Amino acid sequence: MATQAAEKPHSNSQQPDAVVVRFAGDSGDGMQLTGGQFTLSTALAGNDLATFPDFPAEIRAPQGTLFGVSAFQINFGSREINTAGDAPDVLVAMNPAALKVNLSALKPGGLIIADTGEFTKRNLDKAKYDQSPIDDGSLAKYDVLAFDISALTIEAVKEFGLGNKDALRSKNMWTLGLALWMFDRDREPIREWLRAKFKNKPDIADANIAALDAGHAYGETAELSGPLKQLNVPATPSAPGLYRTITGAESISLGLVAGAQLAELPMFFGGYPITPASAILHHLARLKEYNVTTFQAEDEIAAICAAIGASYAGSLGVTSSSGPGIALKGEAMGLAIMTELPLVIVNSQRGGPSTGLPTKTEQSDLYQAIYGRNGDAPIPVVSASSPGDAFECAIEACRIATQYMTPVMLLTDGYIANAAEPWLVPDPASFTPFPAKFLDAKNGPANENGDATLLPYKRDEKGARPWIKPGTPDLMHRIGGIEKAVDTGHIDYSPENHQAMTDARQQKVLGIKVPDQEVCLGGEGGKLAVVGWGSTYGPIHQAVGRMRAKGHDVSHIHVRHIWPLPANLGDLLKSYDKVLVPEMNTGQFKTVLRDQYLVDAQPLNKTSGQPFYIHELEAAIEEALA
Amino acid sequence: MNEMTKIETTLKDWETDQEVRWCPGCGDYAILKAVQRTLPQLGANPSNTCFISGIGCSSRFPYYMETYGFHTIHGRAPAIATGVKLANPDLDVWLVTGDGDGLSIGGNHMLHVLRRNVNMQIMLFNNEIYGLTKGQASPTSRVGTRSPSTPIGSYDRPANPCAFALGAGARFIGRGFDVSKNLPDVLKAAHAHQGAAFIEIFQNCIVYNKDVFDDFAAPKGAGDRQLWLEHGKPMLFGDPKTGFDKGIALDRDALELKVVDATEENWEEAGVLVHDATNRSVAHMLIEMPFGPFPMALGVLYDDPRPTFEGAVADERARATVGKQANLAKLLGSGQTWTVDDKEGHPTD
Repeated sequence: MATQAAEKPHSNSQQPDAVVVRFAGDSGDGMQLTGGQFTLSTALAGNDLATFPDFPAEIRAPQGTLFGVSAFQINFGSREINTAGDAPDVLVAMNPAALKVNLSALKPGGLIIADTGEFTKRNLDKAKYDQSPIDDGSLAKYDVLAFDISALTIEAVKEFGLGNKDALRSKNMWTLGLALWMFDRDREPIREWLRAKFKNKPDIADANIAALDAGHAYGETAELSGPLKQLNVPATPSAPGLYRTITGAESISLGLVAGAQLAELPMFFGGYPITPASAILHHLARLKEYNVTTFQAEDEIAAICAAIGASYAGSLGVTSSSGPGIALKGEAMGLAIMTELPLVIVNSQRGGPSTGLPTKTEQSDLYQAIYGRNGDAPIPVVSASSPGDAFECAIEACRIATQYMTPVMLLTDGYIANAAEPWLVPDPASFTPFPAKFLDAKNGPANENGDATLLPYKRDEKGARPWIKPGTPDLMHRIGGIEKAVDTGHIDYSPENHQAMTDARQQKVLGIKVPDQEVCLGGEGGKLAVVGWGSTYGPIHQAVGRMRAKGHDVSHIHVRHIWPLPANLGDLLKSYDKVLVPEMNTGQFKTVLRDQYLVDAQPLNKTSGQPFYIHELEAAIEEALA
Repeated sequence: MNEMTKIETTLKDWETDQEVRWCPGCGDYAILKAVQRTLPQLGANPSNTCFISGIGCSSRFPYYMETYGFHTIHGRAPAIATGVKLANPDLDVWLVTGDGDGLSIGGNHMLHVLRRNVNMQIMLFNNEIYGLTKGQASPTSRVGTRSPSTPIGSYDRPANPCAFALGAGARFIGRGFDVSKNLPDVLKAAHAHQGAAFIEIFQNCIVYNKDVFDDFAAPKGAGDRQLWLEHGKPMLFGDPKTGFDKGIALDRDALELKVVDATEENWEEAGVLVHDATNRSVAHMLIEMPFGPFPMALGVLYDDPRPTFEGAVADERARATVGKQANLAKLLGSGQTWTVDDKEGHPTD
């Protein structure tokens, strides 16, 4: 075992109020599992937390390569946590490539735990190291704990008679055991999870538990001097109630189920596999008892079209995808707009254009959401700001879709979809139901024979047309993508009718009642408003909070209703001297705000596939206030 | 189709008040009338009937049927109809498409609606041309078709819709043509079939591909050029006035069909095949018979039901939900949870 203490003195408090740990290894090393289980144990210990899974698009990239590195970062603490943290305090590097890719992120004075068993000539070559960084002094500004985790794992699981290859699969559990010791965590929930996961392979479960225990024992008994110390991060005080950890994909799935129940409708979900949206299909496929039908379609177009068909037949149609799939669904969205049928479209945004960065996050589909269809095709857009927030946003999308007879776009992104956070489980009874109504009798005036007539496009006070289920006696009618006549819905190309219907569709969407915009941190009016939407909530909130603590006049406004925008937003923005809009794109929401309100919104853009760091936002706020 | 209470209607009950906007003389008129004639005979209920179409001349069909109707987007009708059937399996769904809509832009959806076996009647109006866009060659146009997009004649080989359907896994394949008096019988058989029933209907586009099917559809000499198949009956054809004089037999060495001289009296000795609509191999040979040396096979070419997709979805739901009850509060609070209940907000477990 080699240990090095950092040359530079650094704060090494035994009781930090927040710690950032990053597990990094080969994409086959099980780092996401390790991170997920560490997250669970952290949540059970009562810390607030945020996570950032960062993995390659390849399922099993060639071993040991730089592009095959998979990482999982968790920030947890005894205070409120909003982001996965800027720089890790601890980096667990399972091989040289993992060290190389992640080292630049590590805090100076941070701790590196490295598996020397993987620092072979071959692996060093693959990571493009001339010599081992553990030995050449290049890691002098960090604490380094380097020992042969591979050999220790093989030793720990010897009694189970596994081959070396299988034995090494438990390496991640050994590492997790060590991490659990470092942060004084209970191992029992992980043991339970392993027993359940390998129910049919008790040997494998036992080997993994043995590795977990051995890693833990190593921390406890090895005579470690120097950097490895046990840290106890006290629990975060939080509101009383029942908690669980939740990812955005889970939260959206549950929100859709809740939304359909509040609308008193069966839900039909049409999906096609795409990263990072597939998880929603997977979750919903297991919830059939909630009157959910899931349909894996032949392509993205069929997925939305089947959902439209289901809505037409009286279900709440839902489809979900990521940017490239949403592009394919564009024409069908137009059909849902024209036929005025409810539909929820979830976009888990990822880096683009084209295939782009399938596993990395970005917010660059905002224009696509608001404007990205042929014709004047308005769609309400709701955006989730965190995994937990996605639950309420999904309900909101279902409400708007069914109450206004319109497709609704629900924006999330790869970061929210995969990241986990503790979630105060809501009481379903706290949501107001919005039961859907179906027309059951003719709604038009009597004709010349005195018979009642049917007007499928007669609008209510909200501008919505009636929902008429096929199968309802005597309400036969035809709908379609061709321009419809006012009230009757017959084909009508006439100039005055197209003007009237274009106006009606636009007014309906612009008239959707959305709550007034609140300032989530700071006061109304002042020197600077930092305006965000989506998953930038965490870093903006932290940065604004820190700058306010330093005495700066800055507020955080986070917009959920992207279209239509809250009625008071324009006046609110004009009450600040400056408006800064940080976005993980080249400035899309900034442009929308400028267009809608003629405010001098200034962009702050990042398109690296990585979330904002708090310090980047602090610097931008400082500059804006200078 | 679905089990349903038969109700009394007349042809008039199936007509809408909308002016029909096809070109005068278009084959679509005849198909519309055939369908409106057939539905009363089936005892169908307009309130429970839904016509779903894509884009093209044929896809205007729903506007003229006094039923529920959904005129969707180009090629996607099978996907929309699949959603309709999954949401309400009790609806009687008819899909209307064309050779461009169903086999070109919507070919993928056609493949999947057939392989899944969603219970509906799929009428593909084949006129071997794009009519609504003014006459371009379509995926079923014969090689050499002159059109605005193929001024010296098309050179891509045409698809055979019924062969495509069989390859996709369709369990019912019927064929007819617009003005044929037998078309209602094919529609009735398709409606009786539980599952996706594919019907190719040759349709005369009098503006852009006039009389392209006359070689077998023209009344004169039709008996020699049309083989109307009936399950359990020998495959005989010929001039009806003078009686059948030819039949289809199997060349057992070449494993292909052949035309033999045969009559209603001697067909057995002549080796004429008896049509077995459940025989997939023979169905394939009938579909692939080259017209000219052979007559055009019409009627019900293949009919061998299998469980439907929406039935399988319902069965899976029943199996997956045994002993499970929807409880949203429980669902939200599932997984590994902890409770915070003391005043300082610290967890208690």
